[in-house]
Amino acid sequence: MNRDFIIYSVTLAIILILYFLVPKPINFSPTVSSLIIALIGLALLYILFRTIMRQYVGRRVVFLFVGIAVVLPFFMNVKQPIRVSPEVQTVYDWVAQLERGSKILVSFDYDPASAPELQPMAESFFRLCLERDLKIIIMGLWPQGPQQAELALQIALQDPSVVAKNLRRHVDYVNLGFQTGNEFVIQRMGTSFKSMFTRDVSGIPYDSIPLLKDVSNFSNIDYSFNLSAGYPGTVEWVQVAVDRYGLKMGAGNTGVQATGMYPYLRSGQLKGLLGGLSGAAEFEKATNKVGTATFYMLPQSFSHVIVIAFIFIGNVAYFLGEKRKKGKE
Amino acid sequence: MRREIPLLITGVVGVIFVLQYFIPHAPFNQFNNWFSDWFSIIGACAIWLGALNLIKISADKIYRKRADWGYSVIIILSFLLIVIIGSSSWTQFRDAGTGFDWLYTYVYSPLSATMFALLAFFVASASYRAFRARNLEATLLLLAAFFVMIGRVPVGDAIGGALGIPESFMPSKITIWIMSFINSAGQRAIMIGIALGIVSTSLRIILGIERSYLGGD
Repeated sequence: MNRDFIIYSVTLAIILILYFLVPKPINFSPTVSSLIIALIGLALLYILFRTIMRQYVGRRVVFLFVGIAVVLPFFMNVKQPIRVSPEVQTVYDWVAQLERGSKILVSFDYDPASAPELQPMAESFFRLCLERDLKIIIMGLWPQGPQQAELALQIALQDPSVVAKNLRRHVDYVNLGFQTGNEFVIQRMGTSFKSMFTRDVSGIPYDSIPLLKDVSNFSNIDYSFNLSAGYPGTVEWVQVAVDRYGLKMGAGNTGVQATGMYPYLRSGQLKGLLGGLSGAAEFEKATNKVGTATFYMLPQSFSHVIVIAFIFIGNVAYFLGEKRKKGKE
Repeated sequence: MRREIPLLITGVVGVIFVLQYFIPHAPFNQFNNWFSDWFSIIGACAIWLGALNLIKISADKIYRKRADWGYSVIIILSFLLIVIIGSSSWTQFRDAGTGFDWLYTYVYSPLSATMFALLAFFVASASYRAFRARNLEATLLLLAAFFVMIGRVPVGDAIGGALGIPESFMPSKITIWIMSFINSAGQRAIMIGIALGIVSTSLRIILGIERSYLGGD
């Protein structure tokens, strides 16, 4: 207990010293960045060499490398080529072809745990819609969803191209809030939005909101976008709103969940998919606005390379062990 | 009667939900709306029940001084803090600048993201120890994982470009091919299996053959 307390205290002290003493913003030059990358590569080669010498590393070393791979790239200056995949381009194309004043329903079905992946998607999507004068209707099947939407809205509304438009709540966008009931909420919205959302988050009655004047069910929605991190989420929206009521829908999912959405994408039930942080970065590239996802891609690249390197080292250790076993037999 | 009434409710609601899907006409569509509304009402009550149950369990743990009861004190204090601060702003509690918004942005969000971020360390450690090319299937899985991991980040194509790999064989292209064909085929098989399982289990529940959801022996 005392040892842990000392470790935590020392770590906290180091963080505070770095926070107050190191000048901000910390930004490594390309030379320093290349040097750090070379040092990490050399360290991995050393671990590989030790593994070949049958001196295996423990999980603490793996943790240390993942920590370094995630933290240091935030301060590096390295450019990466981002290519827009067809599924991401589809989302952009669907939004781009909508006429001014078209109504878009955005469902926020995630909580802060998945925000690092999904929040950049929300920000880019809102920005694109508001730039194109599309009307946004926000809702959530997760309790924290509408709050995440407000955070994304604040970012999108501060964009210079959006500020100039002087957009107004209840006229250009509205947040209907959270409603419990999972897929039953979607099903009920198929006949009446008002039955599930009698008021918006600020307590304004449904009928008093100008944006919702002609919106009674999914037939009044031109495109829908679902940001999902699990249940209820994209699967339920596809099964109820898309299949039954013919809603046109694209989705943004966490990297883990995105693999399960490809059948819906291939069948045309989903009109586009943003998968994980890379999907968010690709969408930023498609919209020509660099945001947080593009910035986060460098730590993501580093961590993926580190994991691949350790899988390779682990397999070297495995085959050496197998060879030794066979030698003994 | 304690078992018959829930069985009857389940059977009637289940049959009506099936019928309304194929006959979206009165009275079935109206029944569907009623049941959907009831589901939302019960769901809203369940949230309250869950919160109160959490308080009860935590209070009990503190009263009996069970192991790690200190965490229960933090749970109750945090619960009360967020309820009081949230209620003080009434319906505008979500607006920017409120106490609730501050707690959500600077306390709840970072804590949630931190818990989720820890997964990266465990995934890396587990991959290092368990991802082995033991046989053909494991090797195929390993190769797919390699291409998806490297193809999902821009550095994959950067390395591919530096190595002079043709455009069609860039890691990102291979990843899209794996996801669109191999992954989709596997996912479809799983989905069809799950759907058949759901249909058979639902029929068993509606017909009263499957009763484990009622609890007891």
